[in-house]
Amino acid sequence: MRNAIAAIFLMLATAVGAAEALPASADPVLEARVQKLAEELRCLVCQNQNLADSHAELAIDLKNQVREMLQAGKSEKEVVDYMVQRYGDFVLYRPPVKMTTLLLWGGPFVLFAGGLGVLFINLRRRRNVAAVPLSAAEHDAALRLLEEKKEGA
Amino acid sequence: MRRFLLPLGIFIVLVGFLAVGLRLNPREVPSPFIGKPAPAFSVPQLHAADHRIAPADMVGKVWLLNVWASWCVSCRQEHPVLMELAGRNVVPILGLDYKDERDAGIAWLREHGDPYLLSAYDRDGRIGIDYGVYGVPETFVIDKAGVIRHKHVGPLTQKVVDEKIVPLVKELNGA
Repeated sequence: MRNAIAAIFLMLATAVGAAEALPASADPVLEARVQKLAEELRCLVCQNQNLADSHAELAIDLKNQVREMLQAGKSEKEVVDYMVQRYGDFVLYRPPVKMTTLLLWGGPFVLFAGGLGVLFINLRRRRNVAAVPLSAAEHDAALRLLEEKKEGA
Repeated sequence: MRRFLLPLGIFIVLVGFLAVGLRLNPREVPSPFIGKPAPAFSVPQLHAADHRIAPADMVGKVWLLNVWASWCVSCRQEHPVLMELAGRNVVPILGLDYKDERDAGIAWLREHGDPYLLSAYDRDGRIGIDYGVYGVPETFVIDKAGVIRHKHVGPLTQKVVDEKIVPLVKELNGA
């Protein structure tokens, strides 16, 4: 029963979503360009979704804005600049490499290099540790254990 | 004992980062508009569709642009603060009724009180996009030359008004 209700809600939700996301133009080339740009731009309302995924009202408005600008013959770069001018770099899913984003872009590589360094030092240290020979007492103890195991088997 | 120092150090640094990160408000996106001229627009007023309103009308005054809508729940929370600020007569507040029905907007102001000198009517949200609005309510402080000096995202609180908005308005008026 519960599953049935959930299914109905799901269907309703997708139906509503589909109605909202209807493309306003029939030109598939233009739609593909709109889609591609919309995937690069962040929905400011949901923040962790791009414009293409989002059904927030602002996202739909912005998608329409993108479509209109492309229709008017603007280039992809002009559209992106238009968005950055209004919403800042935050609107870009791939932030530009700048002084302020250096840590963001370089951080993983620095961490990776650090990890490699630690690994390298550890390996070298391990190689330098000479195998310590067993003492006579340890040797005897090992022999005894082996004998016991044989008898047990 | 010494071999625990490095992981412990990393752990402490990580906790430090998380502690700072948890205090940041992810909804506060740094606005690229601070220090830039307020985008121009010319739209019908909410109450008088045949009268237009433009930021250029306010040149020479420090003013607030408050983006609101009748469907916006946080605007209700903010409204008493705006009413109080309007009553103090320290700064003119212009409203921008964002993506709203005209009747609903007018009715909302009638019911809750109208703190605005005038309200602009942004039916399709174009001005909102031009101002980088992503979460209503938003409030802009605009100086005498028409430059945006401050932007507050989310409902204004008495604290924000008293500690940030009013001092800034006074400072801009003095300059």
